Formats: sequence, structure tokens, C-alpha cells
Amino acid sequence: MILIAAISLGVIGAISAAFLYAASKKFEVYEDPRIAEVQEALPAANCGGCGFPGCSGFANACVKADELDNLYCPVGGAEVMSEVAKILGKEVTTAEPMVAVVRCNGNCNARPRNNTYDGARTCAIASTLYGGETGCSYGCHGFGDCVSVCNFDAIHIHPETGLPEVIEDKCTACGACVKACPKNIIELRKKGPKSRRIFVSCINKDKGAVAKKACNNACIGCGKCVKECAFEAITLENNLAYIDYTKCRLCRKCVAVCPTGAIHELNFPPKKEPAAETKVKEETIQ
Amino acid sequence: MENKLYVSPSPHIHGGDSIKKNMYGVLIALIPAFLVSLYYFGLGALIVTLVSVASCVCFEYLIQKFMMKKEPTIYDGSAILTGLLLAFNLPSNLPVWIILIGALAAIGIGKMPFGGLGNNILNPALVGRVFLLISFPAQMTTWPVPEVMSMHYTDAQTGATVLSMLKGGTENLPSYMNMLWGDMGGSLGEVGAIALILGLIFMLVRKIITWHIPVAILGTVLVFTGIMHSVNPTVYANPLIHLLSGGLLLGAIFMATDYVTSPMSKSGMIVYGIGIGVLTTVIRLFGSYPEGMSFAILIMNALTPLINSYMKPKHFGGK
Amino acid sequence: MLKTFRIGGIHPPENKLSAGKKITPLALPQQVIVPLSQHIGAPATAVVKKGDLVKVGTLLAQATGFVSANIHSSVSGKVNKIDNALDASGYRRMAIYIDVEGDEWEESIDRSETIVKTTSLTAEEIIKRVAEAGIVGLGGATFPTQVKLTPPPGNKAEILIINAAECEPFLTSDHMLMMEKGEEVLIGTSLLMKAIHVTKAVIGIENNKKDAIAHLQKLAVEYKGIEIQPLKTQYPQGGEKQLIDSIIRRQVKSGALPISEGAVVQNVGTAFAVYEAVIKNKPLIERVVTVTGKEVANPSNFLVRLGTPITELIEAAGGLPPRTGKIIGGGPMMGKALVNTEVPVTKGSSGILILSEKEAVRKPMENCIRCAKCVSACPMGLNPTQLMTATEFTQWDLAEKNHITDCIECGSCSYTCPANRPLLDHIRYGKGKVMGIIRARKS
Repeated sequence: MILIAAISLGVIGAISAAFLYAASKKFEVYEDPRIAEVQEALPAANCGGCGFPGCSGFANACVKADELDNLYCPVGGAEVMSEVAKILGKEVTTAEPMVAVVRCNGNCNARPRNNTYDGARTCAIASTLYGGETGCSYGCHGFGDCVSVCNFDAIHIHPETGLPEVIEDKCTACGACVKACPKNIIELRKKGPKSRRIFVSCINKDKGAVAKKACNNACIGCGKCVKECAFEAITLENNLAYIDYTKCRLCRKCVAVCPTGAIHELNFPPKKEPAAETKVKEETIQ
Repeated sequence: MENKLYVSPSPHIHGGDSIKKNMYGVLIALIPAFLVSLYYFGLGALIVTLVSVASCVCFEYLIQKFMMKKEPTIYDGSAILTGLLLAFNLPSNLPVWIILIGALAAIGIGKMPFGGLGNNILNPALVGRVFLLISFPAQMTTWPVPEVMSMHYTDAQTGATVLSMLKGGTENLPSYMNMLWGDMGGSLGEVGAIALILGLIFMLVRKIITWHIPVAILGTVLVFTGIMHSVNPTVYANPLIHLLSGGLLLGAIFMATDYVTSPMSKSGMIVYGIGIGVLTTVIRLFGSYPEGMSFAILIMNALTPLINSYMKPKHFGGK
Repeated sequence: MLKTFRIGGIHPPENKLSAGKKITPLALPQQVIVPLSQHIGAPATAVVKKGDLVKVGTLLAQATGFVSANIHSSVSGKVNKIDNALDASGYRRMAIYIDVEGDEWEESIDRSETIVKTTSLTAEEIIKRVAEAGIVGLGGATFPTQVKLTPPPGNKAEILIINAAECEPFLTSDHMLMMEKGEEVLIGTSLLMKAIHVTKAVIGIENNKKDAIAHLQKLAVEYKGIEIQPLKTQYPQGGEKQLIDSIIRRQVKSGALPISEGAVVQNVGTAFAVYEAVIKNKPLIERVVTVTGKEVANPSNFLVRLGTPITELIEAAGGLPPRTGKIIGGGPMMGKALVNTEVPVTKGSSGILILSEKEAVRKPMENCIRCAKCVSACPMGLNPTQLMTATEFTQWDLAEKNHITDCIECGSCSYTCPANRPLLDHIRYGKGKVMGIIRARKS
């Protein structure tokens, strides 16, 4: 009895093994072993920030590409890319570290709500419906589409301002929030030396008076900053100033002249005057 | 303007239907059957029902509060319903500790691990029942004999159900009148055919369920057992006995029609109903268990996602 | 016999509070704001400039391209400015502001009340006049009418369907128009029949307007080929595809136009506007607007000049009730919630509905319990809850496969959902996304 059981089990096992072996041979897909190696080196965040579907897609592209010029993993940064280059024996690419920047500073005090949104609470749906809860149709909805797409827990809606806030240390500049924001408020900008940077925290293209009425902190397109800038880094278009981060030398003159406080400076040491000090604090909160 | 206007995408009005209304509607539909069980099983029915409902609600509350860390939603009535349906599937002499295990299985295995109401794959009350049936076969298959306004609980006199009598041949069955009113052995909610049908009518009128699932199940069982009966009347009982005995009506009206675990399209509901009917009949006639309703429903529950993906609603302008 | 469509449908409380209220002309406002985009398609191009004097009926803006519509002045006066105006969505769009002075009409317009039943104009001339008058679908879709009257090559119209279902709760503007201008509506219908070369027209009216059905049936005896069809009161009876199904028992295929089944559908208000344009040479400068709501003092039907700020309408109906929660342009099912009351009446405004806070605020969303009530309600035979999930998880291919683009945005799913899920909010967004993906794939 035991013998029959043992034999039949053995035979079934042998047949299955043979079948599995044949199948694995027949359906085998050859994969460059370096793809797995590269993938191993990648951060496995699968954020899509590189423009490929997930880390394996990026690894595949890296192996196939002749040069690594247009391939960059924003999450891993230069460190990971040099490792990838080492595995593949290719030239290393360097890119300036970037960070996501929220270009809206219409907090609850500056931008009073004039209606209450009662639909599905996503920015995407709200913005296909209408301009938003405030008079500014360019500003942040604050429903956190950027928060829900972030894989790194690097962006949060600040409970007091109602605006998203980027945690610089966690932000990998993968760009997911930039794509998710239906208002195109979030921009990837150069992180800057010691994370210092200056940017216009507003994208309102309305005329000055209209913009000001909707939001106290709006850029009104007065052009003072453009005149003040010695490096031609600031352009004014459609009543809106924009600072080109490749040209900006971080002199902070524009910040001082902006009448509405729409130009923000981040991570600068406090100035000597006590007034300026409180201002910087305010900025960091926002 | 003083007050802020609300803004939302259309539509701007709502029909006023709610989960609560539907759940309590089903509970109301179950009242006649509950009264019948009180009449025939007395104290036992009352104790089993109270324990089952209370423990289901408690378990749901505790799991939501301490394990899922979110606001408990016991007021939507779904846990009460699970508890009541579980009780309806139990014999009225079941000891309290077994009921507690059943309630824990229903809520803790059948419902909450999937994310609570709306996400479970299997009917929680049936998960509880089948769990008990497999774990405690002796206690789960000794049925008290109906005794008007009985004051007995675990000490009730027991006997066989119609279906277990059928396994031994088609003699000594109760009369149709007794079966219609519920004067027969069985789990406490399944005996009163008329009461269950009253519940069905109530739910159809209130548009809580549609006719598709119950009709498909009952029709299939009638046809299938009818064919078998005409082939060999001495071995296979006549279809009416099958219709009125066991958990068929309770299952077809209240268990299989559970929103969460049944298909969404009308055609899917029919397929699902036929599946349950066929499986039930096969288990009853050829299986070793006398009753197959719970297994049939659970199996078709598991197939529901598949049915949903193949049986689409009739598309406007489609074939 | 009552006809109706064969899939889905709901029956919300009708609340036709303003039914039977006579259409009263609203006093001229001090200033009108005429947006350049009151229709689907390209915004019109302004042909007047600041300081110009205009009369009632003067062309203000010319249609830009084929799918666009002319816009005429609804008042006489002086162009104050051409500037951005806040639209109903809170965005700024170009509009012409006119300060009203007197009420002087263009001489070409026949202002007499006499009803003229015949015309010697040919089909092409009728369509030309419709285009010149800037007529668009007045049911709310605002699709330029002349485009609909010019079927794409290869298609032949067999039947004209006049949409007088008015299935939206609360609204009564079409109802009162039929009661008071029945004769004109029927003449407009025969003009449209002539324009698209058909001999048969059916006017579909929901059975909750029995007086209008009887009235038009009496009048229609004199018009050859026009039939009045009572319809079951069921939402969305006035959906173009549903109405075709109800009346001629044919279902327009997914993605196809009604003309593929030989039907051309026009709103009853459009038929009236066609009459005025063709016979009286009067462009589209005014329309009937219902102002209603359970707490509104005098629910009314007004004849309003286009461009009048809606505050004036609300004032005329007894002012804004104290506990106003929501102001809706259109009906409660498909209308658009307004951000402020300074927005003007446009060609597509069929009503202003004021909901109290209690009626307006949505209840909190719960888990989907897969009750399939949305599936039963959907008049297009879709599975709304599945489409919502697909949209939430950005599974666009799944959404496309399940015909998300067929959604007519009627809102029956959200209306029925016992878990208060915002099904249509998500599906509408997903539909837009999927349509964008399909367009990108084609180009």
C-alpha cells in the first residue's frame, strides 16, 4: 500500500517537474542581467519621475541607451546615477538638484473664501468645474491632489494656510505633484546653494487691480522687481513676474521692493533689521 | 452676500436614499420571520437572536475603533443585519459561547479584514454560519422540535429537519400547511415560509431589492428538482417540499440578495441566481450534507467579481 | 399611449412651482453684459467697439468659424467697454458691456404680434436666417442650430423631433412657452421641417404637462405632418438619445450622432426662436427664464433680454431668500452652481433655481455597497460605480472599455446613490480625460 502511494506520488512529481522544466525553457525571456543590476541600484520608488514607467523601465532604458545624457533619476540623484554609470561603464551625468516649489501664497487671510466647494474633494474635479473657492481663479484649491500623488511624504497641506508645503529634505523632485496640480502651481526649481532660492509665489495673470482684490499676496504685475533686478532674471508677462532661476543671483533686492510680498525667499539667514526677520519667519510658514 | 454659497458639480439634488434606510428596510422585512421563530422556538430564539445581534455589533465597533482606528459606523445597521441573519441560520438551542464564535467569524473574518461594509467578498453571516457548521457539526445539526411559546433554551427537545428526513426517504414529512407556517424543525429564521415571502414582498415594494435573484434561485430549484422528481419520485422529493424546506427561501430572499456580494447587472443577477439554484439542488440531492444553500451562496459570492466582469449591463445603443 | 426610453431613468420630485405662471417681460436693466462665448464652439468676434451706439438687434459679434454663433445686442444704448467679465464658473471671459438707453429696435425687425404661417423662403434661406440670428440649442446645450440643420454628407434626416420634455425638475420655461406661443412653436417646427427636408415631426412632451399636450394637439390639427407625443414623466426624458429612443424606438450607437438614425432633435424654445428669426427677422436677443425654488417668494417665468444680470431676475421674483445655500443656473439635475449673482443671462439659461442650505449641502460619502442602484438608474446602460473607481485609480483604458465617453452627465447615478457617492463628479472628469486620450490617439 505504502509502496503504491510512494510510487504514484513520485511519478506525478516527476511528470510535473518535467513539464515545468519544459515550459520554463520554452517560454524563457532573455533579459540582460545588467538590467537587474541597475534596478538594484535604483531607489525602487517607482515614482515615474524619470519619465519611465517605474524603476525597471528606467533600468531597461539605461542599459539600452548609448549615453546616459537624457536619463536621470531625480530621486537617487547624482549618487545613484554614478553607480548606474559604473555598472554600465558609461559616462556619468550630473544634474543640478531640483526641488518642488509651490507658487501660490494665497493663504486663508490673504485670500478670503467667497463660496464653499461641496463636490468630490479633488483639485482635478474642482478645477474642471470652476475657478475655486476664492476670487482668484489661478490659485491653489488646497484639496491636496499633490499630497496624494507624492510617494515620499514630502508635501503636505498646511492646516493654517490651507496651502501645500514642501519638505525639502524629503522632496526628490520627481515631478509627480507638478503633473498632478491642475492649476500648474507647482514648479521644479533649482534647489540653490544651501537650499537658498527666490521665486514669485503667485501665478495670477489677471490685471493688478483684479488680482489684488482677490488676494492680498498676489503678484500685481507692477514691474518693480523687473526694474530692480540687475541680472535680467525677471520677466513680466500677462501681469505676472517670473524669476528665471538660471539667471537669479539671489541678491534679494526684488524681495524688498515687492509691494505685495509675492516674491519669496527661502532659507536665507535672517537680515539684521528685526522687521525683516519676522518677515522671513512668515515666509517659511507659508 | 452674507452667507457663502455652496458650489458643486451637478446634480444638485439627491433622492434621499441611504445605506441606513436600506439596511433598516431589510430588518423590517425580517420581522415577520422573527415573530414566527419566537412563536415556535420561544425563549431559545430570543436568546440566540439577541446574543448574535449584540455580539456582531460589539465586534464591529471594537474592530473599527481599536484595530482600524476609524470612526465606528455601527449605526448604518449593517452589523445588526449580519447578526440577525446569522441568528436566523442557527438552531435555537445553540449555546451562547458558540454564537459568540460565530459572530466573531462573521465580523472578524467575513467582513472587517476586507475593509468593512461594501468591500467583503463573502456574505458575513454565511461565513459565520459555515464556520460554525464545520467546527461544531453536532451542535449545528441538532434542531429543536417546534413547541409553541417554548420556555426551553439549550434543553429543548430536538428532532430532524425536513431535509435530513429526506436523506432517509420521503416518508413522515410534515404537511404543507405546517411547512408554510413554519411548524417544523430547522434553524430559527428559515421555517416560516409565509413570513419570509411577506418580507420579500415588502422589499420588492420598497425597491430595496429587485426580483431577479430570488426568482432565478427559486425557479432553478423548482425546475431542477421537478425534473429529478419526475424521473424518480420515490428517491427525489417533489419540488414544493424542496421549496418550502431548509434555508432555501431565507437564502434566496435575504442572503443571496445581499448587495455587497451579489452581481450588479440584471443579467449577472440571473446567472448568479441560477448558479445558486443548481449548486443547492446538487448538494441537496447528491451531496452528503442535507442542505446546500449556504455553500451554494458562498461559492457564487466568490464568483461574483467574475460575473460582474463578464455580465455587463445592457448598454444603450449596443446589441 | 405614453412612450418612454428603454434603459434606466429616475423620477425625482417634479416641483414645477412656476407652472401656470404667465410669462412676464422683465424690466430693462441699466446695463447688460453680453459674453462673447454663449455657445459651444469658438467664441464670437466682437464687431463693435467702446463708445458705439447700438440698437436692439444690432450685431455685436460675428461667428468665428463654422461651429460658432452670432451675438446681437438685446438692448439699445452705448457700448461701455469690452472687457473680462466673471463668468458663471468664476473664470474671466471676454464680454461686451452696454449701458442701456431707451429701447430702440432695428427697423428690419417686425415687432407686430400678427402670426404669419407661411413663407416663401427655401431651405437654404431658412438655415441662413437661423445662422444670422445666432440661434443655438436653447435647451441648455447651446449647440449652434444651423450646424445641426446641416447634416454631414451621406446622412439623410427622416424625422424632426422637437424636445419639449422639460424633464428637469422645477423648470417651466418650455411649458409656458408652449402654452402661450403654441402657434409660433408649431410654425417654427414646420420651418425646421422644411429646412431639413422632412415631412414628419414629433413634439415630445412629458405627461406632467397635460395642458400643454392638449393645447398643442388642438392647434396641431392644422399643421401637416406634426404629431404631439405624450411621454412618461421620467428623467432624463429630454436627453437627446433618450428622446429618440422614446419616440422612434431607435438607439443611437455609441459615439454616433442622432442623424445616423435619421433624427434631428431641436428644443421647443429653439423652434420658437426659429419662428421669430425667419418670419419676424428677429435675432436671438431674449428668452424665457424660470426663476424658482421652494423658498422663493414668487416663482416666475420671465421674458428676459440676454445679458441681464441674474440679480435682477431674483429681485423680480421676490429677492434672495435668507437661507440660500445654492444658486443654480439651469435645473437641479444638470444645472451649474453659480459662484455669484452678477453673471448675466445667456442664450443657454433656462432657469435660475435657488436651493436652501438644507437642500443644497451634500451628505457625507460612505463606502460603496455595490447595491447597483446606479446601474439600474443609468439611462445609458453603464456601470457608474465601476467608472468612478476606474477614474479614481486613473485606469483610463478600463474606463474607455466600459464606455465612459457615452455618459450623458444626467446625474441619475449620483441622485440614486444611497451612499451619497459623488459618482458623476468623478465620471465627468474621467470622461474628459478619456476623450482627451482618444483625441490624442487620433491625431
